[in-house]
Amino acid sequence: MRYERDPERIRRVLGEKVQFIQGDMAVTYGALLAGVSFFGGYPITPASEVAEGAARLMPRVKGTFIQMEDEIGSIGAVIGAAWAGAKAMTATSGPGFSLMMENYGYAIMTETPCVIANVQRTGPSTGQPTLGAQGDMMQARWGSHGDMTAIALAPSTVQESLDMAIDAFNLSEKYRHPVCLMTDGEVGHLREKVVIPDEDEMELIDRVPATVPKEEFLPFTNSQTRDSKVPDFPTFGSGYRTYVTGLTHNKKGFPATDKQKDHEELIRRIISKIEDDREALTDLEEIQLDDAEIALVTYGASARPSETAVQIAREKGIKVGMLRMRITWPFPIKQVNELSKKVNKIIVPEMNLGQMVHPITEYAAKDCEIVLAPKVGGEMHLPVELVEILEANL
Amino acid sequence: MKKEIRICGFGGQGVILAGFIYGKAACVFSDLNAVQSQSYGPEARGGAARSEVIISDEKIGYPRPTSTDLYVAMAQEAFDTYRHDIRDDTVIIIDPDLVPKHDIGRPIYKVKVQKIAEDLGNKIVTNIAMVGAMTGIYDLLDPEAVKKAVIDSVPKRFTELNINAFDRGYEAGKNARPE
Repeated sequence: MRYERDPERIRRVLGEKVQFIQGDMAVTYGALLAGVSFFGGYPITPASEVAEGAARLMPRVKGTFIQMEDEIGSIGAVIGAAWAGAKAMTATSGPGFSLMMENYGYAIMTETPCVIANVQRTGPSTGQPTLGAQGDMMQARWGSHGDMTAIALAPSTVQESLDMAIDAFNLSEKYRHPVCLMTDGEVGHLREKVVIPDEDEMELIDRVPATVPKEEFLPFTNSQTRDSKVPDFPTFGSGYRTYVTGLTHNKKGFPATDKQKDHEELIRRIISKIEDDREALTDLEEIQLDDAEIALVTYGASARPSETAVQIAREKGIKVGMLRMRITWPFPIKQVNELSKKVNKIIVPEMNLGQMVHPITEYAAKDCEIVLAPKVGGEMHLPVELVEILEANL
Repeated sequence: MKKEIRICGFGGQGVILAGFIYGKAACVFSDLNAVQSQSYGPEARGGAARSEVIISDEKIGYPRPTSTDLYVAMAQEAFDTYRHDIRDDTVIIIDPDLVPKHDIGRPIYKVKVQKIAEDLGNKIVTNIAMVGAMTGIYDLLDPEAVKKAVIDSVPKRFTELNINAFDRGYEAGKNARPE
Protein backbone atom coordinates (compact mmCIF):
# COMPACT_ATOMS: atom_id res chain seq x y z
CA MET A 1 0.00 0.00 0.00
CA ARG A 2 1.37 3.35 -0.98
CA TYR A 3 1.97 5.93 1.77
CA GLU A 4 0.08 9.17 1.35
CA ARG A 5 1.53 12.08 3.28
CA ASP A 6 -1.33 13.57 5.28
CA PRO A 7 -0.29 17.02 6.59
CA GLU A 8 -3.25 17.32 8.97
CA ARG A 9 -2.63 13.92 10.49
CA ILE A 10 1.10 14.64 10.89
CA ARG A 11 0.38 17.90 12.73
CA ARG A 12 -2.23 16.23 14.91
CA VAL A 13 0.33 13.58 15.88
CA LEU A 14 3.09 16.14 16.53
CA GLY A 15 0.81 18.26 18.72
CA GLU A 16 1.33 21.85 19.81
CA LYS A 17 3.06 24.27 17.43
CA VAL A 18 5.53 25.46 20.09
CA GLN A 19 7.24 22.76 22.12
CA PHE A 20 10.21 22.22 24.43
CA ILE A 21 11.90 19.07 23.14
CA GLN A 22 15.27 17.37 22.69
CA GLY A 23 17.32 17.68 19.53
CA ASP A 24 16.91 13.98 18.79
CA MET A 25 13.13 14.25 18.92
CA ALA A 26 13.30 17.32 16.68
CA VAL A 27 15.01 15.17 14.03
CA THR A 28 12.06 12.74 14.19
CA TYR A 29 9.60 15.64 13.97
CA GLY A 30 11.36 17.10 10.91
CA ALA A 31 11.42 13.71 9.21
CA LEU A 32 7.69 13.23 9.78
CA LEU A 33 6.97 16.69 8.38
CA ALA A 34 9.10 15.88 5.33
CA GLY A 35 6.96 12.81 4.73
CA VAL A 36 9.19 9.98 5.95
CA SER A 37 7.25 6.74 5.72
CA PHE A 38 9.94 4.20 6.61
CA PHE A 39 12.37 4.13 9.51
CA GLY A 40 14.76 1.23 9.90
CA GLY A 41 17.06 1.55 12.88
CA TYR A 42 18.96 0.05 15.74
CA PRO A 43 19.18 1.84 19.09
CA ILE A 44 22.49 3.45 20.02
CA THR A 45 23.32 6.21 22.49
CA PRO A 46 23.08 9.19 21.96
CA ALA A 47 20.82 8.58 18.92
CA SER A 48 18.28 6.21 20.51
CA GLU A 49 15.70 8.93 21.09
CA VAL A 50 15.39 9.49 17.33
CA ALA A 51 14.34 5.84 16.93
CA GLU A 52 12.19 5.95 20.08
CA GLY A 53 10.32 8.93 18.69
CA ALA A 54 9.94 7.24 15.32
CA ALA A 55 8.74 3.99 16.92
CA ARG A 56 6.07 5.93 18.79
CA LEU A 57 4.97 8.30 16.05
CA MET A 58 5.45 6.47 12.72
CA PRO A 59 2.52 4.05 13.21
CA ARG A 60 0.27 7.02 14.00
CA VAL A 61 0.97 8.60 10.60
CA LYS A 62 0.54 5.19 8.92
CA GLY A 63 4.28 4.87 8.34
CA THR A 64 6.50 1.90 9.12
CA PHE A 65 9.09 1.52 11.87
CA ILE A 66 11.30 -1.55 12.02
CA GLN A 67 13.97 -2.19 14.61
CA MET A 68 16.47 -4.16 12.57
CA GLU A 69 19.02 -6.70 13.83
CA ASP A 70 21.88 -4.21 13.52
CA GLU A 71 23.02 -1.10 11.68
CA ILE A 72 24.00 -2.98 8.51
CA GLY A 73 20.48 -4.35 8.27
CA SER A 74 19.04 -0.93 9.11
CA ILE A 75 20.54 0.91 6.17
CA GLY A 76 19.90 -2.09 3.92
CA ALA A 77 16.20 -1.94 4.77
CA VAL A 78 16.22 1.84 4.25
CA ILE A 79 17.70 1.46 0.77
CA GLY A 80 15.12 -1.18 -0.13
CA ALA A 81 12.26 0.98 1.17
CA ALA A 82 13.54 3.94 -0.85
CA TRP A 83 13.44 1.86 -4.04
CA ALA A 84 9.88 0.87 -3.17
CA GLY A 85 9.05 4.58 -3.22
CA ALA A 86 9.37 5.56 0.45
CA LYS A 87 11.10 8.54 1.94
CA ALA A 88 13.26 6.45 4.23
CA MET A 89 15.73 7.08 7.03
CA THR A 90 17.82 5.61 9.78
CA ALA A 91 19.52 7.15 12.82
CA THR A 92 22.75 6.09 14.44
CA SER A 93 25.98 7.20 16.08
CA GLY A 94 29.74 6.57 15.53
CA PRO A 95 30.01 2.77 15.78
CA GLY A 96 26.75 2.26 13.90
CA PHE A 97 27.81 4.77 11.24
CA SER A 98 31.03 2.77 10.78
CA LEU A 99 28.98 -0.39 10.23
CA MET A 100 26.83 1.42 7.65
CA MET A 101 29.73 2.49 5.45
CA GLU A 102 29.52 -0.35 2.96
CA ASN A 103 25.84 0.25 2.27
CA TYR A 104 26.40 4.03 2.37
CA GLY A 105 28.63 3.50 -0.66
CA TYR A 106 25.99 1.23 -2.19
CA ALA A 107 23.39 4.00 -1.78
CA ILE A 108 25.74 6.48 -3.45
CA MET A 109 26.49 4.08 -6.33
CA THR A 110 22.83 3.15 -6.86
CA GLU A 111 21.70 6.80 -6.46
CA THR A 112 19.27 5.93 -3.67
CA PRO A 113 17.59 8.86 -1.91
CA CYS A 114 17.66 8.35 1.86
CA VAL A 115 18.67 10.09 5.08
CA ILE A 116 21.13 8.96 7.74
CA ALA A 117 20.88 10.96 10.97
CA ASN A 118 24.17 10.62 12.83
CA VAL A 119 24.04 11.84 16.43
CA GLN A 120 27.81 11.92 16.72
CA ARG A 121 29.96 10.71 19.59
CA THR A 122 33.64 9.88 19.69
CA GLY A 123 35.75 6.80 19.10
CA PRO A 124 37.58 4.85 17.81
CA SER A 125 35.33 1.90 18.52
CA THR A 126 32.66 2.33 21.20
CA GLY A 127 34.42 5.31 22.81
CA GLN A 128 32.22 7.46 25.05
CA PRO A 129 28.64 6.34 24.37
CA THR A 130 26.72 8.92 26.39
CA LEU A 131 28.70 12.01 25.43
CA GLY A 132 28.77 14.18 22.35
CA ALA A 133 31.61 14.74 19.89
CA GLN A 134 32.11 15.52 16.22
CA GLY A 135 33.67 12.19 15.43
CA ASP A 136 32.36 11.39 11.97
CA MET A 137 32.73 14.51 9.84
CA MET A 138 35.39 12.86 7.71
CA GLN A 139 33.71 9.47 7.71
CA ALA A 140 30.63 11.11 6.18
CA ARG A 141 32.84 12.54 3.43
CA TRP A 142 35.24 9.69 2.75
CA GLY A 143 33.90 6.65 4.65
CA SER A 144 33.17 4.46 1.66
CA HIS A 145 35.86 3.12 -0.64
CA GLY A 146 36.22 4.46 -4.13
CA ASP A 147 35.47 7.92 -5.49
CA MET A 148 32.57 9.56 -3.77
CA THR A 149 31.12 12.84 -2.63
CA ALA A 150 28.81 13.68 0.23
CA ILE A 151 25.97 15.91 1.33
CA ALA A 152 26.09 16.62 5.08
CA LEU A 153 24.26 19.12 7.26
CA ALA A 154 25.27 20.12 10.80
CA PRO A 155 22.60 21.59 13.10
CA SER A 156 23.65 23.74 16.08
CA THR A 157 20.25 24.06 17.75
CA VAL A 158 17.16 21.97 18.38
CA GLN A 159 15.15 24.09 15.92
CA GLU A 160 17.81 23.50 13.28
CA SER A 161 17.66 19.76 13.99
CA LEU A 162 14.02 19.87 12.93
CA ASP A 163 14.50 22.23 9.99
CA MET A 164 17.57 20.40 8.69
CA ALA A 165 15.84 17.01 8.86
CA ILE A 166 13.38 18.46 6.34
CA ASP A 167 16.27 19.88 4.29
CA ALA A 168 18.06 16.52 4.40
CA PHE A 169 15.07 14.75 2.84
CA ASN A 170 14.69 17.49 0.22
CA LEU A 171 18.34 17.22 -0.80
CA SER A 172 18.28 13.42 -0.85
CA GLU A 173 15.22 13.48 -3.10
CA LYS A 174 16.60 16.21 -5.35
CA TYR A 175 20.02 14.62 -5.88
CA ARG A 176 19.10 10.95 -5.33
CA HIS A 177 21.90 10.65 -2.80
CA PRO A 178 22.15 9.44 0.83
CA VAL A 179 22.24 12.62 2.92
CA CYS A 180 23.93 12.72 6.33
CA LEU A 181 22.33 14.81 9.06
CA MET A 182 25.40 15.27 11.27
CA THR A 183 24.04 16.25 14.64
CA ASP A 184 25.83 15.25 17.86
CA GLY A 185 25.29 14.10 21.43
CA GLU A 186 25.25 17.68 22.74
CA VAL A 187 22.61 19.11 20.40
CA GLY A 188 20.79 15.76 20.35
CA HIS A 189 20.19 15.76 24.10
CA LEU A 190 19.59 19.48 24.67
CA ARG A 191 16.03 20.61 25.16
CA GLU A 192 15.08 23.89 23.50
CA LYS A 193 12.10 25.62 22.02
CA VAL A 194 10.94 24.46 18.60
CA VAL A 195 8.29 26.02 16.43
CA ILE A 196 6.73 23.50 14.07
CA PRO A 197 6.46 25.13 10.64
CA ASP A 198 3.05 25.47 8.98
CA GLU A 199 2.48 23.66 5.71
CA ASP A 200 2.85 26.89 3.70
CA GLU A 201 6.18 27.65 5.41
CA MET A 202 7.75 24.44 4.12
CA GLU A 203 9.00 23.49 0.70
CA LEU A 204 9.01 19.75 0.06
CA ILE A 205 10.87 18.14 -2.81
CA ASP A 206 10.04 14.71 -4.19
CA ARG A 207 12.16 12.61 -6.54
CA VAL A 208 11.09 12.92 -10.18
CA PRO A 209 9.41 9.69 -11.29
CA ALA A 210 10.22 8.03 -14.60
CA THR A 211 7.64 8.98 -17.22
CA VAL A 212 9.21 8.34 -20.63
CA PRO A 213 7.91 5.35 -22.63
CA LYS A 214 9.13 2.22 -20.84
CA GLU A 215 11.15 0.88 -23.76
CA GLU A 216 13.11 4.16 -24.01
CA PHE A 217 13.88 4.47 -20.30
CA LEU A 218 17.51 4.64 -19.16
CA PRO A 219 17.72 4.44 -15.34
CA PHE A 220 21.35 5.52 -14.85
CA THR A 221 22.14 8.54 -16.96
CA ASN A 222 21.11 12.19 -17.17
CA SER A 223 17.41 12.79 -16.74
CA GLN A 224 15.49 12.06 -19.94
CA THR A 225 12.87 14.69 -19.11
CA ARG A 226 14.85 17.58 -17.59
CA ASP A 227 18.22 19.31 -17.91
CA SER A 228 19.72 17.43 -14.96
CA LYS A 229 22.40 14.88 -14.20
CA VAL A 230 19.98 13.25 -11.75
CA PRO A 231 18.12 10.42 -13.47
CA ASP A 232 14.35 10.05 -13.16
CA PHE A 233 13.35 7.45 -10.59
CA PRO A 234 11.86 4.08 -11.60
CA THR A 235 10.05 3.12 -8.39
CA PHE A 236 9.89 -0.65 -7.96
CA GLY A 237 6.49 -1.83 -9.05
CA SER A 238 5.87 1.08 -11.41
CA GLY A 239 6.53 -1.11 -14.44
CA TYR A 240 9.97 0.25 -15.36
CA ARG A 241 12.36 -2.72 -15.49
CA THR A 242 15.47 -1.70 -13.61
CA TYR A 243 18.52 -3.60 -12.50
CA VAL A 244 20.10 -2.09 -9.38
CA THR A 245 23.69 -3.00 -8.59
CA GLY A 246 26.68 -1.67 -6.71
CA LEU A 247 28.88 -2.90 -9.55
CA THR A 248 29.89 -0.37 -12.16
CA HIS A 249 26.87 -0.26 -14.45
CA ASN A 250 25.98 1.17 -17.83
CA LYS A 251 23.10 3.54 -18.56
CA LYS A 252 20.69 0.62 -18.54
CA GLY A 253 21.86 -0.40 -15.09
CA PHE A 254 23.59 -3.63 -16.16
CA PRO A 255 27.09 -4.51 -14.92
CA ALA A 256 29.87 -3.07 -17.07
CA THR A 257 32.70 -3.78 -14.69
CA ASP A 258 35.45 -4.03 -17.31
CA LYS A 259 34.44 -0.90 -19.23
CA GLN A 260 36.71 2.03 -18.40
CA LYS A 261 34.50 4.55 -20.18
CA ASP A 262 31.29 3.40 -18.51
CA HIS A 263 32.90 3.56 -15.07
CA GLU A 264 34.39 7.01 -15.58
CA GLU A 265 31.17 8.40 -17.02
CA LEU A 266 29.08 6.95 -14.17
CA ILE A 267 31.31 8.08 -11.31
CA ARG A 268 31.92 11.53 -12.76
CA ARG A 269 28.16 12.03 -13.18
CA ILE A 270 27.36 10.84 -9.64
CA ILE A 271 29.92 13.26 -8.21
CA SER A 272 29.24 16.20 -10.49
CA LYS A 273 25.45 16.07 -10.06
CA ILE A 274 26.24 17.35 -6.55
CA GLU A 275 29.49 19.26 -6.92
CA ASP A 276 28.22 21.25 -9.94
CA ASP A 277 25.66 22.62 -7.46
CA ARG A 278 28.20 23.55 -4.78
CA GLU A 279 26.99 27.17 -4.67
CA ALA A 280 23.35 26.16 -4.21
CA LEU A 281 24.50 23.69 -1.55
CA THR A 282 26.38 26.35 0.41
CA ASP A 283 24.58 27.46 3.56
CA LEU A 284 26.54 29.71 5.92
CA GLU A 285 25.88 31.99 8.85
CA GLU A 286 28.17 35.00 9.21
CA ILE A 287 28.52 36.70 12.59
CA GLN A 288 30.43 40.00 13.00
CA LEU A 289 32.75 39.31 10.09
CA ASP A 290 32.64 42.81 8.52
CA ASP A 291 35.65 44.25 10.36
CA ALA A 292 37.05 40.95 11.70
CA GLU A 293 40.81 40.41 11.76
CA ILE A 294 40.48 36.91 13.13
CA ALA A 295 37.69 34.41 12.49
CA LEU A 296 36.29 31.27 14.02
CA VAL A 297 35.07 28.76 11.43
CA THR A 298 32.62 26.37 13.04
CA TYR A 299 29.73 23.96 12.62
CA GLY A 300 27.30 21.98 14.77
CA ALA A 301 27.64 22.01 18.57
CA SER A 302 30.99 23.80 18.59
CA ALA A 303 29.30 26.86 17.10
CA ARG A 304 27.46 27.40 20.41
CA PRO A 305 30.48 28.21 22.65
CA SER A 306 32.07 29.92 19.63
CA GLU A 307 29.24 32.41 19.31
CA THR A 308 29.41 33.22 23.02
CA ALA A 309 33.22 33.55 22.74
CA VAL A 310 32.80 36.07 19.90
CA GLN A 311 30.50 38.16 22.14
CA ILE A 312 32.92 38.07 25.08
CA ALA A 313 35.95 38.81 22.88
CA ARG A 314 34.16 41.71 21.14
CA GLU A 315 33.48 43.25 24.57
CA LYS A 316 37.23 43.05 25.14
CA GLY A 317 37.81 44.89 21.86
CA ILE A 318 39.03 41.89 19.87
CA LYS A 319 37.99 42.15 16.23
CA VAL A 320 36.72 38.60 15.84
CA GLY A 321 33.91 37.14 13.76
CA MET A 322 32.51 33.73 13.03
CA LEU A 323 31.58 31.71 9.96
CA ARG A 324 29.27 28.78 10.63
CA MET A 325 28.76 26.03 8.07
CA ARG A 326 25.20 24.72 8.15
CA ILE A 327 26.13 22.47 5.24
CA THR A 328 29.63 21.06 5.67
CA TRP A 329 29.68 18.84 2.58
CA PRO A 330 29.98 19.88 -0.18
CA PHE A 331 32.58 22.14 1.40
CA PRO A 332 32.13 25.91 0.84
CA ILE A 333 35.45 26.30 -0.98
CA LYS A 334 34.93 29.80 -2.37
CA GLN A 335 33.58 31.38 0.80
CA VAL A 336 36.30 29.94 3.06
CA ASN A 337 38.94 31.07 0.58
CA GLU A 338 37.48 34.60 0.48
CA LEU A 339 37.35 34.74 4.27
CA SER A 340 40.99 33.63 4.52
CA LYS A 341 42.01 36.59 2.32
CA LYS A 342 40.17 39.00 4.64
CA VAL A 343 41.38 37.84 8.04
CA ASN A 344 44.87 37.15 9.38
CA LYS A 345 44.01 33.93 11.15
CA ILE A 346 41.28 31.32 11.22
CA ILE A 347 40.61 29.37 14.42
CA VAL A 348 38.80 26.05 14.01
CA PRO A 349 37.12 24.78 17.21
CA GLU A 350 36.18 21.13 16.84
CA MET A 351 35.07 18.38 19.21
CA ASN A 352 37.69 16.05 17.76
CA LEU A 353 41.44 16.24 17.16
CA GLY A 354 41.01 17.87 13.76
CA GLN A 355 38.65 16.97 10.92
CA MET A 356 37.07 19.98 9.16
CA VAL A 357 40.33 21.84 9.79
CA HIS A 358 41.76 19.87 6.85
CA PRO A 359 39.54 21.20 4.03
CA ILE A 360 39.74 24.65 5.65
CA THR A 361 43.54 24.48 5.45
CA GLU A 362 43.40 23.07 1.93
CA TYR A 363 41.25 25.86 0.53
CA ALA A 364 42.45 28.85 2.59
CA ALA A 365 44.94 31.33 1.14
CA LYS A 366 48.45 30.20 1.96
CA ASP A 367 49.32 33.33 3.98
CA CYS A 368 46.36 32.87 6.34
CA GLU A 369 47.33 30.86 9.39
CA ILE A 370 44.87 28.10 10.35
CA VAL A 371 44.82 27.19 14.05
CA LEU A 372 43.03 24.06 15.25
CA ALA A 373 41.31 24.39 18.65
CA PRO A 374 40.43 20.81 19.52
CA LYS A 375 38.43 19.58 22.49
CA VAL A 376 37.90 15.89 23.15
CA GLY A 377 36.59 13.82 26.03
CA GLY A 378 32.88 14.48 25.68
CA GLU A 379 32.66 18.16 26.58
CA MET A 380 32.09 21.28 24.55
CA HIS A 381 34.67 24.04 24.61
CA LEU A 382 34.03 26.56 27.34
CA PRO A 383 33.57 30.03 25.82
CA VAL A 384 36.41 31.35 28.02
CA GLU A 385 38.75 28.67 26.65
CA LEU A 386 38.07 29.94 23.15
CA VAL A 387 38.57 33.56 24.25
CA GLU A 388 41.97 32.56 25.67
CA ILE A 389 42.87 30.91 22.36
CA LEU A 390 41.77 34.07 20.52
CA GLU A 391 43.88 36.27 22.82
CA ALA A 392 46.90 34.01 22.36
CA ASN A 393 46.53 34.34 18.59
CA LEU A 394 46.25 38.13 18.26
CA MET B 1 18.43 38.94 31.31
CA LYS B 2 20.02 35.53 31.61
CA LYS B 3 19.58 33.19 34.58
CA GLU B 4 21.41 29.91 35.11
CA ILE B 5 19.70 27.33 37.28
CA ARG B 6 20.97 24.00 38.58
CA ILE B 7 18.65 21.48 40.20
CA CYS B 8 20.32 18.45 41.74
CA GLY B 9 19.22 15.37 43.59
CA PHE B 10 19.52 11.61 43.26
CA GLY B 11 18.46 9.59 40.25
CA GLY B 12 14.75 8.75 40.33
CA GLN B 13 13.68 11.88 42.24
CA GLY B 14 12.58 13.67 39.11
CA VAL B 15 15.13 16.48 39.02
CA ILE B 16 15.34 16.18 35.22
CA LEU B 17 11.55 16.58 35.00
CA ALA B 18 11.72 19.56 37.39
CA GLY B 19 14.21 21.30 35.08
CA PHE B 20 12.20 20.33 32.03
CA ILE B 21 9.01 21.84 33.50
CA TYR B 22 10.81 25.05 34.45
CA GLY B 23 12.32 25.37 30.96
CA LYS B 24 9.01 24.59 29.29
CA ALA B 25 7.28 27.22 31.44
CA ALA B 26 9.81 29.76 30.18
CA CYS B 27 9.70 29.05 26.47
CA VAL B 28 6.25 27.59 25.81
CA PHE B 29 4.17 29.43 28.41
CA SER B 30 6.23 32.66 28.68
CA ASP B 31 7.92 34.57 25.90
CA LEU B 32 11.48 33.57 26.82
CA ASN B 33 14.19 31.26 25.57
CA ALA B 34 15.37 28.26 27.55
CA VAL B 35 17.87 25.45 27.23
CA GLN B 36 17.78 22.40 29.46
CA SER B 37 20.55 19.85 29.74
CA GLN B 38 21.31 17.13 32.22
CA SER B 39 23.93 14.86 33.62
CA TYR B 40 23.47 11.64 35.49
CA GLY B 41 25.16 8.31 36.05
CA PRO B 42 24.31 5.02 34.40
CA GLU B 43 22.03 3.99 37.32
CA ALA B 44 18.24 4.15 36.88
CA ARG B 45 17.89 4.96 40.61
CA GLY B 46 20.39 6.56 42.96
CA GLY B 47 23.58 8.40 42.14
CA ALA B 48 23.85 12.17 41.85
CA ALA B 49 21.67 13.63 39.08
CA ARG B 50 21.61 17.20 37.87
CA SER B 51 19.33 19.18 35.59
CA GLU B 52 20.55 22.49 34.26
CA VAL B 53 18.36 25.22 32.82
CA ILE B 54 19.33 28.52 31.25
CA ILE B 55 16.54 31.05 30.82
CA SER B 56 17.09 34.23 28.83
CA ASP B 57 15.21 36.90 26.91
CA GLU B 58 17.96 36.71 24.26
CA LYS B 59 19.42 33.99 22.06
CA ILE B 60 21.36 31.43 24.12
CA GLY B 61 24.79 30.56 22.69
CA TYR B 62 26.79 28.26 24.96
CA PRO B 63 24.03 25.97 26.26
CA ARG B 64 25.53 24.90 29.60
CA PRO B 65 25.66 27.06 32.74
CA THR B 66 28.99 28.72 33.46
CA SER B 67 27.75 30.12 36.75
CA THR B 68 24.79 29.58 39.07
CA ASP B 69 22.05 32.10 39.83
CA LEU B 70 19.71 29.60 41.45
CA TYR B 71 20.90 26.39 43.09
CA VAL B 72 18.36 23.78 44.19
CA ALA B 73 19.41 20.63 46.07
CA MET B 74 17.22 17.65 46.94
CA ALA B 75 19.86 15.16 48.14
CA GLN B 76 22.93 15.32 50.39
CA GLU B 77 25.26 13.59 47.92
CA ALA B 78 24.27 15.94 45.11
CA PHE B 79 24.56 18.99 47.39
CA ASP B 80 28.10 17.94 48.32
CA THR B 81 29.06 17.01 44.73
CA TYR B 82 27.86 20.16 43.00
CA ARG B 83 28.37 22.76 45.78
CA HIS B 84 31.47 24.20 44.14
CA ASP B 85 29.20 25.83 41.53
CA ILE B 86 27.78 28.25 44.12
CA ARG B 87 28.61 31.99 43.87
CA ASP B 88 28.44 34.52 46.69
CA ASP B 89 25.07 35.79 45.47
CA THR B 90 23.61 32.46 44.35
CA VAL B 91 20.10 31.84 45.67
CA ILE B 92 20.15 28.43 47.38
CA ILE B 93 17.07 26.31 48.03
CA ILE B 94 17.17 22.94 49.79
CA ASP B 95 14.90 20.49 51.53
CA PRO B 96 16.54 20.30 55.00
CA ASP B 97 15.21 16.75 55.51
CA LEU B 98 17.00 15.60 52.36
CA VAL B 99 20.12 17.74 52.83
CA PRO B 100 20.68 17.61 56.63
CA LYS B 101 24.31 18.74 56.44
CA HIS B 102 23.88 22.13 54.80
CA ASP B 103 25.64 24.55 57.14
CA ILE B 104 28.01 26.32 54.78
CA GLY B 105 28.03 29.59 56.68
CA ARG B 106 25.54 31.48 54.56
CA PRO B 107 21.77 31.99 54.32
CA ILE B 108 19.79 29.26 52.60
CA TYR B 109 16.09 28.90 51.77
CA LYS B 110 14.80 25.73 53.42
CA VAL B 111 11.54 24.18 52.25
CA LYS B 112 10.39 20.74 53.37
CA VAL B 113 9.10 19.68 49.98
CA GLN B 114 9.26 15.95 50.66
CA LYS B 115 7.07 16.48 53.73
CA ILE B 116 4.58 18.39 51.55
CA ALA B 117 4.47 15.47 49.11
CA GLU B 118 4.10 12.91 51.90
CA ASP B 119 1.24 14.93 53.43
CA LEU B 120 -0.46 14.76 50.01
CA GLY B 121 -0.08 10.99 50.17
CA ASN B 122 2.61 10.43 47.51
CA LYS B 123 6.34 11.12 47.81
CA ILE B 124 6.60 11.00 44.03
CA VAL B 125 5.49 14.65 43.72
CA THR B 126 8.42 15.94 45.83
CA ASN B 127 9.97 17.36 42.67
CA ILE B 128 6.80 19.23 41.72
CA ALA B 129 6.55 20.68 45.24
CA MET B 130 10.12 21.89 44.74
CA VAL B 131 9.20 23.46 41.39
CA GLY B 132 6.47 25.30 43.32
CA ALA B 133 8.92 26.38 46.02
CA MET B 134 11.43 27.62 43.40
CA THR B 135 8.71 29.62 41.68
CA GLY B 136 7.63 31.18 45.00
CA ILE B 137 11.14 32.07 46.13
CA TYR B 138 12.87 33.07 42.90
CA ASP B 139 11.11 35.89 41.11
CA LEU B 140 11.62 34.86 37.50
CA LEU B 141 8.60 33.06 36.04
CA ASP B 142 4.86 33.72 36.37
CA PRO B 143 3.43 30.98 38.63
CA GLU B 144 0.51 30.49 36.22
CA ALA B 145 2.99 29.73 33.39
CA VAL B 146 4.81 27.20 35.55
CA LYS B 147 1.53 25.61 36.62
CA LYS B 148 0.52 25.23 32.96
CA ALA B 149 3.86 23.53 32.28
CA VAL B 150 3.24 21.15 35.21
CA ILE B 151 -0.21 20.22 33.89
CA ASP B 152 1.26 19.75 30.41
CA SER B 153 4.04 17.45 31.64
CA VAL B 154 2.45 14.98 34.06
CA PRO B 155 0.06 12.07 33.41
CA LYS B 156 -3.56 13.26 33.23
CA ARG B 157 -4.76 11.03 36.08
CA PHE B 158 -2.24 12.69 38.41
CA THR B 159 -2.98 16.30 37.46
CA GLU B 160 -4.76 17.15 40.70
CA LEU B 161 -2.06 15.63 42.91
CA ASN B 162 0.65 17.54 41.03
CA ILE B 163 -1.24 20.83 41.10
CA ASN B 164 -1.72 20.46 44.86
CA ALA B 165 1.98 19.75 45.28
CA PHE B 166 2.87 22.78 43.17
CA ASP B 167 0.46 25.10 45.05
CA ARG B 168 1.66 24.01 48.49
CA GLY B 169 5.30 24.23 47.44
CA TYR B 170 4.64 27.69 46.01
CA GLU B 171 2.98 28.90 49.24
CA ALA B 172 5.82 27.47 51.36
CA GLY B 173 8.29 29.16 49.04
CA LYS B 174 6.49 32.52 49.26
CA ASN B 175 6.69 32.35 53.05
CA ALA B 176 10.27 31.09 53.24
CA ARG B 177 13.06 33.39 54.40
CA PRO B 178 16.76 32.68 54.02
CA GLU B 179 18.22 31.39 57.28
